Amino acid sequence: MWLQCVLVAVWGSPDYLRLFKESEVMDLILTPEEEKFRDEVRAFVAENITEDIRKKTMTGFRLDKEDHESWQKKLYEKGWMAPGWPVEYGGTGWSPMQKHIFEEECAAGGAPPVIAFGVTMVAPVIMAFGSDKQKEYYLPRILKSEDWWCQGYSEPGSGSDLASLRTKAVLKGDHYIVNGQKTWTSLAQHANLMFCLVRTSDEGKRQEGISFLLVDMNQPGVTVQPIKTIDGSTEVNNVFLEDVKVPVENRVGEENKGWTYAKYLLGHERTSIAAVGRSKAQIKRLKTIASAEEHNGKALIHDQAFREKIADIEIDLLALESLVLRVLSDESAGKGPGPEASFLKIKGTEVQQGITELLIEAIGNYAHPFIPESMDKGWNEEPIGPEYASSIAPHYFNWRKASIYGGSNEIQKNIIAKAVLGF
Amino acid sequence: MSFTFTEDQKLLSESADRFVLDDYNFETRRKIIGQDGGFDRDNWKKFAELGWLALPIPEEYGGLGGSTVDTAVLLESFGRGLVVEPYQSCIVLGAELLQFAGNVEQKSQYLPSIAEGKTLLSFAHIEPTSRFNLCHIRTRAIKQGDCFIIDGEKAIVHNAETADYFILSARTEGDTNDEEGITLFLVPSSSSGIKMRSYPTIDGLRASEICFNSVKVDQQHVLGELNQAAEYIQKVVDRACVLLCAEAAGAMDTAVKLTVDYIKNREQFGQAIGSFQVLQHRAVEMLGAKDFSRALTYRAAGAIDQSNASERTRAVSAAKVEMGRSGKLIGQEGIQLHGGMGMTDDMPIGHFFKRLTMIDAIFGNVDFHKKRFAQII
Repeated sequence: MWLQCVLVAVWGSPDYLRLFKESEVMDLILTPEEEKFRDEVRAFVAENITEDIRKKTMTGFRLDKEDHESWQKKLYEKGWMAPGWPVEYGGTGWSPMQKHIFEEECAAGGAPPVIAFGVTMVAPVIMAFGSDKQKEYYLPRILKSEDWWCQGYSEPGSGSDLASLRTKAVLKGDHYIVNGQKTWTSLAQHANLMFCLVRTSDEGKRQEGISFLLVDMNQPGVTVQPIKTIDGSTEVNNVFLEDVKVPVENRVGEENKGWTYAKYLLGHERTSIAAVGRSKAQIKRLKTIASAEEHNGKALIHDQAFREKIADIEIDLLALESLVLRVLSDESAGKGPGPEASFLKIKGTEVQQGITELLIEAIGNYAHPFIPESMDKGWNEEPIGPEYASSIAPHYFNWRKASIYGGSNEIQKNIIAKAVLGF
Repeated sequence: MSFTFTEDQKLLSESADRFVLDDYNFETRRKIIGQDGGFDRDNWKKFAELGWLALPIPEEYGGLGGSTVDTAVLLESFGRGLVVEPYQSCIVLGAELLQFAGNVEQKSQYLPSIAEGKTLLSFAHIEPTSRFNLCHIRTRAIKQGDCFIIDGEKAIVHNAETADYFILSARTEGDTNDEEGITLFLVPSSSSGIKMRSYPTIDGLRASEICFNSVKVDQQHVLGELNQAAEYIQKVVDRACVLLCAEAAGAMDTAVKLTVDYIKNREQFGQAIGSFQVLQHRAVEMLGAKDFSRALTYRAAGAIDQSNASERTRAVSAAKVEMGRSGKLIGQEGIQLHGGMGMTDDMPIGHFFKRLTMIDAIFGNVDFHKKRFAQII
């Protein structure tokens, strides 16, 4: 019912400062069963997330490979690693609302985001188009986080125009020989496997000469070279492929059908890209910081203009969440995520970026100091300015990526224009 | 949890869409606006027969006991065709105020007849200087024996000239902006001492400025408790805001469709202008604005029946802000994408733009509701 799923915030007195500190921002009205489920997830997150990791996740400090893997292994043990998967493969069988609650509680409790490349990106493709052998081998390993996947899509000459990709795979006997370069490959430095789009034919339409390969990263000919981004981090990479051997059984589905599979992947779990739970947690953090920061002798949170900027974003986020719940609800009614889900990507990233803008605005002068090491593990010097400030400016710059990756927001608009409006 | 319509809601939506499609095209609407009183009484009868007037009225008073979401479904369909019949005035505001504030006798006397379409109400509340402050009431009601004597001015009273009764707010105690001291009265429109100046509104409705000059009202026509009307009014206006957003969702839907159709057909430079990406992206933004506003509106409609005052405030104001922003974007871009044709009175798009703009400008605009929302972040 609509009624069970509507917004409430928990306040009741005019003491604003106390209110937002104690309140869960923008709670949903839940059924008693859903409340029980929420409490269970909340307790699980609290038990399994250390203060150190919680802090890193909340502040945007760098999470290392172990931080992600240890959390994901705990999820696996609990049976919660892959809520979106069909139950027969290890999914949870949760309702849309449960999935939403789960993401929200994980975000609120400071759990690292589950790395999507395996569980929500390559896995659905393997389930739908992979061989039985591929399913049996890869899917359990993804559940257990035994592999770290990366995504070999973009190339230096192929960004938004992905179908122009030129990394070439030539079949020689029972192997493909792959040559080319992938770029913007997130976290490739941690990865031992890459799902990769390669050109296997120059005949006909460009889209019809692409294949989908699963590439072992730990072999001669694969070189990972970090790219330093404007925030000083190195989470993306160039991946050079020189005479890399890929056994033919590592091709997913048919040769030259890779584009279809890649598109299928894009249609999956689009609601998580909206990152509603993460944004709620960040708004809460923003309010905490805005009440610690002084402005004309009072807390910044009491500045009317600043409050209204927060209100603007919160209202956007409420609208986003409402549409996410509707899309989730459609999904569970068997209606696949339509191209309208592209709106979730656009609005989701706009909200995320909007919050990073307000965060940088909130800290005023202390946006300036830039000590990249302070965000690394083991740094324990005295922070410059308030501790919460150090990662905010880098994070703001880093997050400009959100409207570019995953199909830039302009490409999302092209998709909607074509698929929904019929242009 | 379900974020989709129930079977009943689907049926309601289909039949109301059908009415708009068959009986309410642009030309018909234009004629209706030109009629005396600014709406079609036959349509009103039809609404009664279809049970639409009874929808939110409780079953014990001849209604169907529908939820706010049910009414939102109906109003979204009305919005698609810019229906001008006085549903907001008479049902959303009038009948709801009666229901919240009235006693059993009053409700039994008037609600069934409203549901049957025989009695029309109008909410005489806003005053020339009240802007969006619902408690800014200067109109005075002074007790005199068994009666109250009412003096004051009311502004932008929608559908006043066709109303049988006004639900009038007046101050029985306190100062102009006090929350305490406001009382509601059910005033027959034929009472002596009422002077009305009626006019068309820019969005195709009818409204009036009304002077109440020593109007005598029997004390049995007091609705609800003396001095306590602010609470009833806020509650009903909050609900009306969400239902206005629902109407706006329908209007936005049509405005987007009209615009997309137009740019697909309008040719310049030897091709449909809709083939230009710069226009496609703007059309996509219009569509997104509608989708987000609509989703938030239905969420607020679901929240409103079971929330406390501050929860309601937050849900309603968020929806009204989002509607105001989206309506402005869709209205302005709709005109721009229609080019010069969008400026003509003969094209429907401008009429949608005007209604969307006026929905923003009633019961608090974007700025007002953003401040209201921001008070409790």
